[in-house]
Amino acid sequence: MIDSSGSPGGAATPASTPAATPGASAFEAVDLTRSYSLDGVTVDALRGVTLSIAQGEFVAIVGPSGSGKSTLMHLLGCLDRPTSGTLRVGGVDVATLDDGSLADLRNQTIGFVFQSFHLLARTSALDNVALPLVYRGVSRAERRERARAALEAVGLGHRLGHRPSQMSGGEQQRVAIARALVGDPQVVLADEPTGNLDTRNGEEVMALLSRLNAGSGVAVVLVTHDAEVAARARRQIHVRDGVVELDTARPADGSASDGSASDGSASDGSALEGDAR
Amino acid sequence: MALDALRVNRLRSTLTMLGVVIGVLAVVVLVAIGTGAKNAVEKEIAGLGSNIILVVPGQVGLGAAPTQSRLDLTDVAYVRRVVGDPSKVTVAVNSGEPVRVGRTEVFATLTGTDENMQHIFDRPLRRGRYLTSTDVDTRRRVALLGAEVAVKLFGDVDPIGRQVTIAGVRFRVIGIYETVGSTFGVARDQEVHVPVTTAQRLIGLPRINGIAIGASGPDEIEPLQRRVVAALDARYPGERFSAVTQTQLLGTIGTVLGMLTGVLAAIAGISLLVGGVGVSNIMLVSVRERTKEIGLRKALGARQRDILAQFLIEAVLLTTIGGVLGILLGVGGSLLIQAVSPVPASITWWSITLAFGVSAAVGVFFGVAPARRAGRLDPVIALRTE
Repeated sequence: MIDSSGSPGGAATPASTPAATPGASAFEAVDLTRSYSLDGVTVDALRGVTLSIAQGEFVAIVGPSGSGKSTLMHLLGCLDRPTSGTLRVGGVDVATLDDGSLADLRNQTIGFVFQSFHLLARTSALDNVALPLVYRGVSRAERRERARAALEAVGLGHRLGHRPSQMSGGEQQRVAIARALVGDPQVVLADEPTGNLDTRNGEEVMALLSRLNAGSGVAVVLVTHDAEVAARARRQIHVRDGVVELDTARPADGSASDGSASDGSASDGSALEGDAR
Repeated sequence: MALDALRVNRLRSTLTMLGVVIGVLAVVVLVAIGTGAKNAVEKEIAGLGSNIILVVPGQVGLGAAPTQSRLDLTDVAYVRRVVGDPSKVTVAVNSGEPVRVGRTEVFATLTGTDENMQHIFDRPLRRGRYLTSTDVDTRRRVALLGAEVAVKLFGDVDPIGRQVTIAGVRFRVIGIYETVGSTFGVARDQEVHVPVTTAQRLIGLPRINGIAIGASGPDEIEPLQRRVVAALDARYPGERFSAVTQTQLLGTIGTVLGMLTGVLAAIAGISLLVGGVGVSNIMLVSVRERTKEIGLRKALGARQRDILAQFLIEAVLLTTIGGVLGILLGVGGSLLIQAVSPVPASITWWSITLAFGVSAAVGVFFGVAPARRAGRLDPVIALRTE
């Protein structure tokens, strides 16, 4: 197994991460576990995950179904809380937050993209995109303005008033990406973003995510079981049976290799979780 | 936003609203009828004449058994002495009797009274004259007809000086009263007034039904009332007499009709409650259906209370729209009832305000449980729901 534990300190310095708050990693997980109790039987979905994702990174979390990658994504997305271990999101320890503050943290720092888009039907693209800002108390005029800008950024400036049912899957996913970006998050968490799309549209969405990552410096963490999709990320974290099996960082040229990333996106403590067996 | 959610399921929202609409409609209409009845009765009592004290044997009040009268004309004379001014005291003997002219017969309330009636009750004459003391003293067979009796028996013919037959005895008509309406369902226009002495002979009993005393002003009513009751109690130890005033009567009737209105409103309120249960039910369905939406909103940063507020607003909107519709229909219905039926209906602001307030409260009350459920949904599970 490859140990990608980055050189301590130094790597995650501002240069390539313009939107970042200096110093804090987007995610920092130490020995995360998550167990569910189903009918009295305890299922350990995550069994000790330690990883760090710096700002501006483009990471794919890969694993077969049942590997715990969805659970990991829910934890990273602050939709769920770990059973044990420490998780810092944007430098904030989620254990210290109540549900309301956790909701605020989601709203401020994380943008979600889902496999099935999760757009509100019968609601225009513009209003769908503006939704996160509603929960931030932004005025209606500003919401609309920002939503329009976000839609233009994903190339849908001509579709503002369209409803999801009037758009193709690819367009719907781009609306969802605009919605994820409208609040200027530090991270976009994308759960199988191409899973419901044909190859061409999937390709387009991935290109869009890459471009956004490169352009605005927003970190993109995508969860997928598709190796081809995962290959587009600069770093892959393979999860199996609730532990990190492989954490790789690739240089921008694509040659899969171990070691610290040369482009500065490798995080300080980023590490393959010591796989135990 | 909440409006959109209601519009999406137009039929369901409408049907749910219908429960509230009917409830509010019922409240407004029934309260209007209750209030209308109360107003009508109060107006009637006020029309009776002012500052009147009615002395009757036994106890007046809800649930009191009617008492056999033991008062007679000597008691009237006695009360006259107690009061001091004989013209302020009059008497009534009542009996239902057939009144006939030729082949036309009507059933009327025969009231034996005396020459002082005109000073105490508000009974203006249309034609003719009132009873005199001579009529009473000599037991003359003369009669004054209520407006309705006069019309039924004589039509367009002037009845003054003509004969009517009351319970087989012939009387001469000396006067016709103006139309005055009815009090407590006593149709005063269907009364026939004759001298009290004549009436007693006709009925065959020396008793009288009551004594009426006219006070000279509102301040005099209470002391006079006490004095008369005390005097009668002293004359007939161990028996009870009641003296009721118009104000007390108004109070009693007002209480009864107020209760009636309350009961009607309560019954209507139950239907409003049922409507509220419907709202609760539909909101629960809505929460279930929109689980994914709730999950999404939470993922995007909605707090528990944002979701709670969203569903609560929806529920309240549902019931207040229903409430407004119900009020409009209720007001329309009340006006219709008033226009086409003899039932008086009086729309009151308090019932409208109450109905609206209650419908909003129903929304909050029955919306809270579903809204809380929505707010507490686990976003992970909610997002996974299909």
